[in-house]
This record gives sequence, C-alpha cells and structure tokens, in this order.
Amino acid sequence: MDSLMACHECDVIHSIKTLPGKGAAHCIRCGAVLFKHKANSLERTLAFALAGLILFILANSFPFLGMKIGAQVRQTTLITGIHELYVQGMQIIAVLVLITTVLAPLIQMVCMFYVLLPLKFGRVPRMLPRVLRFLEHVLPWSMMEVFMIGILVSVVKLAGMAKIIPGISLYSFLALIFVLAAMTVSLDSHLIWQKWEERR
Amino acid sequence: MNHEFITARSAALISCNICHLLCEQGNQSMDRLCPRCGATLHERKPNSIARTWALVLAAFIFYIPANVLPITTVISLGKAQSDTIMSGVIYFLHTGMWPIALVIFLASIFIPLLKLLALIFLLISIQRKSSWRQQDRTRLYRMVEVIGRWSMVDIFVVTILVALVHLGGLATIHAGPGALFFGAVVVITMFAAMSFDPRLIWDTEEVNHE
Repeated sequence: MDSLMACHECDVIHSIKTLPGKGAAHCIRCGAVLFKHKANSLERTLAFALAGLILFILANSFPFLGMKIGAQVRQTTLITGIHELYVQGMQIIAVLVLITTVLAPLIQMVCMFYVLLPLKFGRVPRMLPRVLRFLEHVLPWSMMEVFMIGILVSVVKLAGMAKIIPGISLYSFLALIFVLAAMTVSLDSHLIWQKWEERR
Repeated sequence: MNHEFITARSAALISCNICHLLCEQGNQSMDRLCPRCGATLHERKPNSIARTWALVLAAFIFYIPANVLPITTVISLGKAQSDTIMSGVIYFLHTGMWPIALVIFLASIFIPLLKLLALIFLLISIQRKSSWRQQDRTRLYRMVEVIGRWSMVDIFVVTILVALVHLGGLATIHAGPGALFFGAVVVITMFAAMSFDPRLIWDTEEVNHE
C-alpha cells in the first residue's frame, strides 16, 4: 500500500517509484506536483529553521523603519506597530497582523525545530503527528514575504513626506524571508512520515 | 480521454489530507481517523460546495464597505483627510508613482475580485457537471490558492503607516473602518479557497464513465 499515492488535487492513484536523481513527480492527469526529490532534507531544513529563529529574534528586537521630520525622529518595530493599531481600537486587524507576521512564522520555525532535531538523532519527538498537523494549518497564514512588499509600499508612500531611515532589523527581515522560503522548500514531509512510521 | 484513470474513490480508498497516506474507506457512516497521522479522513472536503459558496458570498458583501469606507485617515496640522483604497491608487497615479499604484491596485482591488470570480466560475462549472478543460480549471484553482495571500499587503501598509506617522499635531495616521472590512475580505477568501476541493472538478469524469 505504501507504494501507492493519490493526487491531492484530482484523486488519481499513482504507483510511486524512486525518482532518478533530482526532479519532481507530477500527476499524469492534472499536473499537480506529487512529490519532489530533496537532497539532505532533514539537515537543510533544520539549518534554515535555526537561522530563521536567530533572524526572527533580531528582526523583532530592533526598529525596522525610522522617519525624520525636522528634528523629530520616530522609529518603529513590528510589535509597536501592532500595539498602536490595538490602542486605536483596531483590535481585530492588530491580531490579524500579529498572527500573520509574528506568530505563524515563529510557530512554523519552532515546530520544524521540535520535529527535526530529535529525528536527526534517531529519536521520535512526542506528539509528532499532532505537531505536523498543526503546522499544516498554520502554514497558509505565515506571510513574511507579503509584509516585505508592505514595507516597500510604505517607504515609497512616505518618501515625499519625510526622510525615511532604514532600521537595523530591515535587513534581518529581508534575510528571514529567504530563509523561511528555503525552509519550506527543503522540507520533505513524506520523509518525516516515513521515519515516523518506521520508528513508531 | 485516451487514458482510463483509477481514482482513490473508485478503488474505495481515501487519501489523507495531511500525510497523504492511502487508507481503506471502511464504514461510510462515521468519521474515520488516519492510522498514520490521526487526521480525520474525508473522501472529499465536507460540504465543499456549500461552504465555499457561503464564504464567497460573505466576502463579496464585505468587499463593498472595504472599498467604500476610508482605510486610513491622515490628520495633519488639524486637518483630517480620509483615503479609500481607490483614492490611494489615484493619488499615486497623479504623483507619477505608477508602479506603486499598480501594486496596490493589483493586490487590493484586482486580486480579491479575480479570486472571488474564479471561485464562482469553478463552483458553477462543478454544479453544472462540466467536463470542460479540467486541467486548466485545476490550474486556475492552484493560482487562486497561491495568489490570495498577497492581498494582505494593504493591511501591512496601514500597520506600518499607523506606527510610523505618529508625530502629534504635525501628522498622525489612523486606521479607518475600511481596513477592518478589507481584512475580513482577505481572511474569508482564504478560507473559501481552503474549503474548495479541486477533486470535485474531476469527479464528473467518473460519472460519465459509469
């Protein structure tokens, strides 16, 4: 049974063969990607998760943008921005921004770390299926890359009004986006489920 | 079609939504759990068409106040000026920053509308049991799923503006009620895309063959 797999977009059953070297397997009917060959998935994903966590701490500890009008300088971190929205009575929007730019990316990285580190050393983390299922639901709400475009648009919008000073954490944000994307791409969930089944 | 395809459903199997394990269908009347990952098994997403319709209609309703009500209010030297999404786009066009105007127009006005229309098209074509260009319709769904998150750009812009432009009497920016409705549109359309089951596009195929 484990050599069979149904396409998640059109339900056609395929028999699964090992891919020759690099490449991806596509559904023969609808063309959806069934699975991809990923080299050193465990190690790479783990490395990206660790790098991402460090960048995340940096990105959220320092201001990412500053603005100067006359002698007045104002800097902002992501958290102060969310707090400002909350104070203004836009609680729902504040929570939405908090989830999509802080909580979801953080959960994504912490879950990866929690699952992959023990697996790397041949152990099975407790409640692995539950953590992976949770991760699957959180993933669509992690929107770091969209936030970056938001920063870009804001900078252009304010450029005519005041002098914009890029903050220290702007670069951490930029790096974090690439690391998060790389982490998502290098993760091979089939491999994790296989390992879970073997060691259970 | 020159090929005969065997689907999981026709083989009395269910593919787990989370870990993609093929499981036996078993007793139809009650919910089964995936033996490997413990997720609830569904042959198709439950009530996919009704749920997606409901969410699409709700999003359409919220789309109106999202575009009519102000999304930001700038208070500068005692004067207040409110901006809707569209007036922001027009402002950028007038000041010659058309790339930004284009980004906001695409992300905030065009993509949400396109997404809703695409879902409606997919829903109607499924309800009419159409077998027209199924591969392209699946591709359309894949696009809808990927593209939706980019509508959040405007919400993030509002957050950044509110945080940064806070200079007392000189200039302060407040978020307007439009932002709330717009946020709702983005979240609801994302849920709509998630509740839609692309396998329904292909199910007519089996009915035709039987």
